[in-house]
Amino acid sequence: MFFYAFKRSLLAILVALTVSMISFSLLYISSDPAIAMAGETASDADIEAIRELYGFDRSIVVQYLDWLKKAASGDLGKSYYFRTDVSHLIAERLPTTMTLGLCAIIFAIGLAVPLGVAAAIRPNSIIDRVALFLSVMGQALPSFWFALILIVLFSVNLRWLPVSGSDTWLHFVMPTIVLGYYAAPAIMRLTRTGMLEVLSTDYIRTARAKGLRPPVVLFKHALRNAIIPVVSLAAVQFGFMLGGSIVVETIFALHGAGFLAWESITRNDLPTVQGLILAFSLFYIILTLIADLINAWLDPRIRIS
Amino acid sequence: MTNLPQTTSNNPYPAGKGRILQHKGMMIGSLIVIFVMLLAILAPLIAPHDPYYQDLLNRLKPPVWDTRGSWDHILGTDHLGRDYLSRLIYGARISLLIGIGAAMISGIIGTFLGVMAGYFGGRVDMVVTFLITVRLSMPVVLVALAVVAIVGGSLQVVIAVLGLLLWDRFAVVMRSSTLQIRSMDYITAARAVGCSTARILMTEIMPNVVNNLIVIATLEIAHAIILEAALSFLGLGVQPPLPSWGLMVSEGKDMMLFEPWLITIPGVALFALVLSINLLGDGMRDVTAPENRN
Amino acid sequence: MAEQVLNITNLSIDIPLSGDVLHAVDGISVSVNKGETLCIVGESGCGKSLTSLAIMDLLPQKAIRTVDKLELNGKSILNYSDREMSDVRGNKIGMIFQEPMTSLNPSFTVENQMIETLTRHRNITGNSAKKLAVEMLEKVGITPAKPRLKQYPHQLSGGLRQRVMIAMTLLCQPELIIADEPTTALDVTIQAQILELLKRLQSDFNTGLILITHDLGVVAKIADRVAVMYAGQIVEEGSVYEIFDDPSHPYTKGLLSCIPVPGKIKKGERLGSIPGMVPSLIGKFSECRFAGRWTVEPSKHDEKITTLIPIKGSKYEFSVDGTTNHIVRFCCKHCLERSKSKINKGVN
Repeated sequence: MFFYAFKRSLLAILVALTVSMISFSLLYISSDPAIAMAGETASDADIEAIRELYGFDRSIVVQYLDWLKKAASGDLGKSYYFRTDVSHLIAERLPTTMTLGLCAIIFAIGLAVPLGVAAAIRPNSIIDRVALFLSVMGQALPSFWFALILIVLFSVNLRWLPVSGSDTWLHFVMPTIVLGYYAAPAIMRLTRTGMLEVLSTDYIRTARAKGLRPPVVLFKHALRNAIIPVVSLAAVQFGFMLGGSIVVETIFALHGAGFLAWESITRNDLPTVQGLILAFSLFYIILTLIADLINAWLDPRIRIS
Repeated sequence: MTNLPQTTSNNPYPAGKGRILQHKGMMIGSLIVIFVMLLAILAPLIAPHDPYYQDLLNRLKPPVWDTRGSWDHILGTDHLGRDYLSRLIYGARISLLIGIGAAMISGIIGTFLGVMAGYFGGRVDMVVTFLITVRLSMPVVLVALAVVAIVGGSLQVVIAVLGLLLWDRFAVVMRSSTLQIRSMDYITAARAVGCSTARILMTEIMPNVVNNLIVIATLEIAHAIILEAALSFLGLGVQPPLPSWGLMVSEGKDMMLFEPWLITIPGVALFALVLSINLLGDGMRDVTAPENRN
Repeated sequence: MAEQVLNITNLSIDIPLSGDVLHAVDGISVSVNKGETLCIVGESGCGKSLTSLAIMDLLPQKAIRTVDKLELNGKSILNYSDREMSDVRGNKIGMIFQEPMTSLNPSFTVENQMIETLTRHRNITGNSAKKLAVEMLEKVGITPAKPRLKQYPHQLSGGLRQRVMIAMTLLCQPELIIADEPTTALDVTIQAQILELLKRLQSDFNTGLILITHDLGVVAKIADRVAVMYAGQIVEEGSVYEIFDDPSHPYTKGLLSCIPVPGKIKKGERLGSIPGMVPSLIGKFSECRFAGRWTVEPSKHDEKITTLIPIKGSKYEFSVDGTTNHIVRFCCKHCLERSKSKINKGVN
């Protein structure tokens, strides 16, 4: 188990380094940050001055290593637009996004796992068909459009929920639904197939032959084994949600990291964009690392070896 | 002999006409997809108006079913007086173009990586698996938005960016399909009689993974379409005045409280197209390889 | 007269398919006494395993079970609810499966899986349950037993897992054990040990044992009584001596001719085989179940003519030489003629 954790962590670090390299070069190759910073009215001399001031005239490898060294110590540079530390900015905005993401994944799991289990218990029943129908519909629903429809329905027509902002928990209801519904179909399908597979195994037959009550068979013996891949998927989906938070936070004006991303992208604020890509990727990498470790722990075949 | 075991057909791909017709979702899906494709191809012939022609005197005309609507603009006009139906029809072109274009680029990248990883295994597999992990770690929407913002939003850029970002599923599925087929006896046989690697890949592996490839490609087209709409909605995808459906929702957003059809119509179109492509893809998977259902 | 543990009369299992019905088991009746071992023998697909699942009421959801009588210790359990049935399972009837590698839940320790049975049926928990589990593991020959309790199935070998399964089954001291090919997946040496163990434990606890197998060697070693199954029916039933020494049904004869017995087979003579395949059980039989499966020449050393006595009421059911235990059943006249038996119509 220790060796596995070590190996897995090493891989995570390697992935993080690669991602940082790609995102760094991606943004630097595609534009001249000096021009972006100087603004459209700047003269050539101004641009040159900025280039020297920020060190954009050095080779990209040097710049990357410099950036990486600083990033490792938590310094992601200064935002061009907000004129403050990027790391500070992100740290300030991240809790909102985390709260939203957590609510959304809980919403998705709470919706998808019971539905998936119910569908697997009685395949081809009405519940199964309804679950399948919902998942097919959910996957085709564009989230930005769904968000607008919800606003029209619940904020404008019914006046139940506030349109935008992040002051009370009521502000989080619609963003949670919009961010969460998209992850639900995949989790539901995986739970269903996992349960179907597990329910047809020999050890479930054994459990039933031992006279165990159906809930014990279902929730102790079956779900415990079927949930292992779902944990991984949920972690992956949680990671994807942070990316999706850009759309949702922009629509609901929820001032989290996603909103920050949109603000900085539309203002060509490269250090902030870079910092956010790094932060989101790191978060995803850590999340999947934790999920894999949880899986290893849930599955004694990996834990004890 | 009437009592011999009645084995089902030995054909491994019983994708007969009957099974396709039996699959209701797939039928509906493919009908809608064909319909939208025809709209897109024949747009200049079908569209009642020029989708770019602004008629500021006739702004925000409601659709025909509204009491204020008229048959002249069946789906009404937008905030610049452009005919909504015509824009919708031309928008189908953009959605399909971006969906198919992006899926083709990502399909080529993903299939190449996946087949290589599955066939050669070992180090190649390790590298490809690593690349897939790296790719999955990068937030798609964020990266796509950033690149489009810097490079500028044109149709080509959006296609290229989405194509370069969406190859992961291709690679994952192609890798596992190839892995499965590589261990089959006929591959060993082909190798034993001295077929070159390239020949085995092209004549033995590819024909057997192509079913999965088509299914994934279909689902990825839907994925790309929905992402393009989201990017355009945020103003960082296809740029105006092109009639992208995402852009139409974005433009109608400010008026949605008074004229809700402005967002309902392009939204429903987008939903219906993505839904039917998904139904088609799911159906094809069920028909060609029921064991891969999930 | 020995006490009867299980009595099933006229059990049928139908599985509806799209447009047709698979008659997996077609009107079989068996009974088992205390301390007795009944072996059900047959080719794969003849309905052996489904029969055992039907007794436990664990058939797949779409299978339809019809049975006239299903008695455990003389008490009908036919109309038991799911809840009542689950009280019987693992408690009064225990079951051992073919695949020890996959029959234990990979996510739980041996201890956890053993104790949950005790908790469920005997309401025993904690240390006393643990003590019982250890005792039982020792009884099935796992020593030292204590360290095994904390282990997970993947840490045990196939033979050990099957011993754990047997120990788990015996925990509540069931009156009937159904073992469905318990040794098929194991090495030959382990097979012998497990069979020995089953036999010993059975006589220790005086339980009835139904052993399902396709291995006639196993049958010869362990059975008191044998039921030969073919295509969803029991074609011949009798004591192990009657079946092996005096097979009356041509199918039983065919089966027996397939095992090499030292001394019985002459040099140069070929070992018997049964041609063809098990017929499809979908739909109604329009002709003989054995069509295409007869050997060209019935083996030479089996030319003894047995006398059959018709059993009242049944079309092609006979008792051999008047014994009440040895029963043969033919599906049609053709089979009856094939058996080359003399029919004594005088009795009855």
